[in-house]
Order: sequence, then C-alpha cells, then structure tokens
Amino acid sequence: MRASAAAAFSRDAWARRLPLLPAFIYVFLVTQVPFVLTIYYSFFSWNLLKPGSFQFAGLENYSALLTNESIRTAIWNTVLLTLAVIGFSVVIGLGVAVLLNSEVFGKGLMRTLMIAPFLIMPTAGALIWKDTLLNPLFGLLPYLLTPVGLGRVDIVNQFPMVTVVAVEVWRWTPFMMLIILAGLQSQNPEVLEAARVDGANAFQAFRRITLPLVRPFIELGALLGSLFVVQTFDSIFMLTFGGPGEDTTNIPFLLYLVAFQGFSIGQASAIGVVAVIITTIVATFALRTLFSIFQIEARR
Amino acid sequence: MSDTKLGSVQWRFVATTAIGLIVALAGSACAGAGGGGGGSNSKTITLAAVDNPQMADLKGLVSEFQKAHSDITVKIVTLPEDQLRQQVTQDVAANSGRYDLFTIGTYEVPLWAKKGWIENLSPFIAKDSSYDPGDLIPGVSKALSYNNNLYAVPFYGESSMLMYRKDMLAAKGITMPDHPTWDQVAAAAKAVNSSSVSGICLRGLPGWGEQLAPLDTVVNTYGGRWFDEKWNAQLTQPEFKAAVNFYINLVKSAGEPGAGNAGFTECLNAYNNGKVAMWYDATVAASNFTGAAATNSAYAYAPHVVKDWSGWLWAWALGMPSSSKKKDAAWTFADWATSKDYIKLVGQKLGWAHVPPGTRTSTYAIPEYQQAAGAFAQVTVQSIANADIAHPTVQPVPYVGIQYVDIDEFQQLGDQVSQEFAKVIAGGQTVDQALQKAQALAAAVGKKYQT
Repeated sequence: MRASAAAAFSRDAWARRLPLLPAFIYVFLVTQVPFVLTIYYSFFSWNLLKPGSFQFAGLENYSALLTNESIRTAIWNTVLLTLAVIGFSVVIGLGVAVLLNSEVFGKGLMRTLMIAPFLIMPTAGALIWKDTLLNPLFGLLPYLLTPVGLGRVDIVNQFPMVTVVAVEVWRWTPFMMLIILAGLQSQNPEVLEAARVDGANAFQAFRRITLPLVRPFIELGALLGSLFVVQTFDSIFMLTFGGPGEDTTNIPFLLYLVAFQGFSIGQASAIGVVAVIITTIVATFALRTLFSIFQIEARR
Repeated sequence: MSDTKLGSVQWRFVATTAIGLIVALAGSACAGAGGGGGGSNSKTITLAAVDNPQMADLKGLVSEFQKAHSDITVKIVTLPEDQLRQQVTQDVAANSGRYDLFTIGTYEVPLWAKKGWIENLSPFIAKDSSYDPGDLIPGVSKALSYNNNLYAVPFYGESSMLMYRKDMLAAKGITMPDHPTWDQVAAAAKAVNSSSVSGICLRGLPGWGEQLAPLDTVVNTYGGRWFDEKWNAQLTQPEFKAAVNFYINLVKSAGEPGAGNAGFTECLNAYNNGKVAMWYDATVAASNFTGAAATNSAYAYAPHVVKDWSGWLWAWALGMPSSSKKKDAAWTFADWATSKDYIKLVGQKLGWAHVPPGTRTSTYAIPEYQQAAGAFAQVTVQSIANADIAHPTVQPVPYVGIQYVDIDEFQQLGDQVSQEFAKVIAGGQTVDQALQKAQALAAAVGKKYQT
C-alpha cells in the first residue's frame, strides 16, 4: 500500500519533471561536456602547431602554472580590475540613482541616456573610446586638452589599467544604477517624511534610512556585476590587447593568448580549470556572506 | 520502499540515456544533412582570404573567373590578418577541410609544408604550360618553397622602404639619398619634427607582424640576431640592444604620438593626413596614398647600418590544405588568380594601380604599370630581389626569415616580446628590463631546438 503510494508519487513527480528534461539535458550538454573535456585536455601536452603532441603529460601543465609569472600577473590584474570597476560603478551608480529618484525635470530622458552605455555593444563601445575619444592624433579628449598643453598624450598606453577601468565603469554604472534605483523606488516616501518631521536632515535620512534599505540591492548588483567583470575580455581586446607588457592581461585574456596565439590547448585548459576553481571558491564565499547579510537584514 | 527507490533510479537512468541518445542522433542527423548538401560532387570551393585591398579586388573579379569556369563556384571568406591566421591554423591542424584554399604568408608555408598540412603545388603547376613559374620573382618563390617545390603560389609580395614627403624635408633643406643610413633618417626626423607634424612613423603596435616587422629589420642591419647557430638566444647582445635602443628612442623623440597603438593602418592615416613627414613600412603602402601624400612623396630603400639591403620580404600566397576534397577545382582558381592574365585583367578592369605587386617579373615590364606605380615600382622590385630570407643579418643564423623567425613558437614569442617593447615606448620600463624578459622568453624557445 505504502509502496504503491510512493510509486504513484514518484510517477507524479516524473510527470512534472519530464517536460523539464530536454532543457536540463541541453544545458548539461553545452555546459558540462565542454568542461569535462577541458579537464581532460589539461592533462595532455597538446599544441595544435605540433602534430603528434597529443600525449599524456600528467600534471605538467599545472606545475608549469606554479612557476609561470604571467599567471600571477593575470590573477592580480583580474582582482584589481574587478575591485576597481565594481567599487567605482557602485558609488557612481548610487549617486545617479539617488538623483534620478528625486523629482527633476526630464527624468525619463535622463534615465534613458544613463542606461545607454550598458546597451552599446562592448566592442563598439571600446572602439569609440579608443579611436574617437582617446586617440592622441584624432581623438576628442586630446583636442580638448590641447589648450592646457596636454594634447597628444597617449592615454591608452600610458595609463592602460586606468583606461580599461574607466571604460568598464562607464559600462557597468548603468547596471548598478538600475538595480539600486529599483530599491529606492520601493521605499515608502512616508517614512522619509516622518524622519523629516522628527528633525533628521537629508543626509541623516539617507544614511540611516535609505542606505540600509538599498543595501541588499547594492550587494546584489556588486555580486552579479563582479561575476561578469571577472570575465572582461572585449574591452581589453579592443583597447590594449593586454598590454603594454602584461599590464592589462587578466585571466580570460591570458587564456586567449595561450590558446589562440600559442595554440597550446593543454596549457590553456589548465589555466581554465584553475580559473574555474578560484572563481568557484571566491563566489561561494561571496554568496555565503551575502546570504548571511540578507538574513540579518530580514531579521531587523 | 527500497524497491521503488531503486526503480526510480533505474527509470531516471533509462530516461536520461534515451533522451540523450535522441538528442545525439538528432544532432548527428543534422550534421549529416549539412555535410551532404555541400557534397564532393558539387564544385563549390571556399577560399579564406586576408582582408586587404588586393583581395577585395579579387573578390570583385570572381565573376570573370566564373564566366570561363561555370562549373566552379568560388566562395571567398575575408578575415583580418590575425583572425585569418587563427581560423586557418585551427582548420588545418584539426584537418577539418572547411577551406579548399587560403591565403598564407611566407611565415606559414615552409612550416606547414613540413608538417604535410598543405599540398605540394609543383605537380599542378607542371600541368599548365602557360603558368610560367620561372616568371615568379625568385626571392618570393624561394620563400614559398619547401625542398625546392612550390607549396603556395604568390598573389602579392612586398618588401619595406622609406617613404617621405619631399616638400616637408625640402622646407628644412634636407635631401634624402636613395640608400640612406638610419642615422641620416634619424637626423632628418628630428629636424622636421614639430608640434603639428611628427618626424617619422614607426610601428609600435604590439604583435610579431606589426611592431616587430620594422624593428627586426633594424636589428638585422645593426648586426643583431635572435639566435646564434646553436639556438642560444642573443637578445641581450650589444647589437640587438643598440638596435632596440635606436628604434625606441627615435619613436620617442621624433615618432608619432600614440606610438603604442600605431600599426600599418594608423601610420597610413597619419601619413595621408600630413601628420608625419616620413614613414618606414611595407612597399605596398605607397599605392594607398591620397592627396598631398600621393603627389609629394618620394621613396628610398630600407635604411641600413651595417648590413646592406635590410628590407623585409613578405608574400601572401594561395595554399591548398591537404584536407581539401576539391583540389583540382581549387587549383584551377589558384592558377587563374596568380597568372599573368589575372594581372592584365586587374589592370584593364580596375586600373593599373590596383595590380597586386611583387609576384611576377613580367608585371614590371608592363608599360602601363610602370607609369601607374611610378617611383615606388623600382624600389619594390629591387628590394624584393635583394631580400635574402636565409641570410637576414650579418652573422649566420639557424633560422630563415627577415622580419620574423620561421619557427612555430615565434607567433607567441614575438607577440610577448613586442608587448615588452611597447611597455618601454609607453614609459613603463627601460630597454634593458624589456630585453632581460625577452631574452628569457627566447631562451626557453631556443632550448626546444637545441637537442
């Protein structure tokens, strides 16, 4: 009796699961199979340019990473880039969101304009920055700076990391702004009014009431944003190509160089696997802290 | 309870496997259908071509080919140089047979011929009595040969030369000799350099095919080399160091602003807009000049220091992957596109300035071409004739190649080394620091050839 009920329950569960299966299998095939293959390749000394080089190499690709200075530079650059981009875009995004949340003339137009950078294709955006704005011969910024004697400065090459960060901040600020703005708009204006009646000035009201309210939104934006910023590739490819030297080579770009300039598939796979492990560890910790914050907020 | 649980697990396994199989079968069925559509009987050949003006002309003239060969359809995929190299390398290494022809350079041909990736074209050439391989410029055909057989047919060839604005130099009272030394060029560059016009454009954009090409010719003429006969890296030797110091100092003191991002295209723009007075680059550049740059330019042979004739040698050639299933049709097209008749066709249909230079001696005997290409035709053909890929520098080297080292690892090595030099140009480190790193990278590569 109990067994048949359980069987019925199981059938029932399958009736619900079955329609999901194709999607699940599709996602499994396109995400996990390549990953398993990557792990597999990372144990081989495979270089496309060397026919017959597909030989088992054990942990050689991994031990090469330990002594490789490029990967350390790339990890450092990735961390620096992510922290800087997320930090700046959250602060600027918060500021813009607060402004757009107040009653100003032409709010709708301003909001649309603010979102624009996020909608422009990253490659096109980076090209505009590099050629139209920053090019020392034909760019707008050097032209505007000529009267102060700063024209013809090669900004992209002299400050490569600053340039990449600036372009990425320009791109990610709208994203942060949108999420924070959603948080701000969920705020009940009566609460702020009550605070004002109680004698709080605008800054105090913002600091004590608004900020705690939007904090989970900020954290969500920062987490989602960092997942994408860690993978920054397009703008580095277009702006600096990882250089000069290795000054803007992050992990995805290093992987690209090893795989498609050096054609060392084995070595590139090992970098990919290590990158996944590191990101998983970081993401797990980030998620855990985040959820604990959410819980504390909920209890308040 | 435990029975049903087991049942459910089995069920899940069966269901997953079944659906997995269905997906896999459906996938392979599609692939089969797609492959069948292109079947080996139909004569559609695919050419992966580098994105340059000469190839764009070829694309425009394909209809002329099809008038004579209605049974062969030619599909041309144009890609920028770096993308092309990646795509074609992956295709040929994986033996996937996506392309029947591709444009490859003098760098790839000997390496790929050795691996058996590309087809020996000599037997095909022998079948066509009108092809006249003896008419191909000797240095170019040598660079495209392996074991004395042609493995690719040249579509376009170039060397390097110095281009300069006669009016700008004359304004400072400078006359440039036909065979200048680098010291003369540097002195002229510094003399004409002003806040609105830079003295000289020299590529600084990282990449073995960009910055390193002109820089390597400077290294060669200073007597430097990448490796000695025993494959020991030589990048910290005085000659190499002096050459890199000279090049970077010249870029910094009288070069174009934003040198770290300046490649062929950027320099061409700057020169055409009158923002630089001189430019040392590929001989083909002169056919793209417009306005004052076209009317007021003069040309000199590649500047030298110790070694004469320091110009580089490069050719884009049509090669045929061994994996192609339509080799005869592919050859028919390659034959047509690199024949004497094609050169005449371009001249008549598109104008003589469009003729792909540097492949055939007979091109330079055509009066219309001599008139159109004018001053730089002679410099081009002489520079190519005197470029010796086997003896690029003063001392002997174990490799071939003038502006590159013809080994598989050079793409990555060259890119990394040029990045270090770009960092010097940007002011991030000294030449000595860059060369220390470059020496270590080159030494690691050299070690692979020492056993």
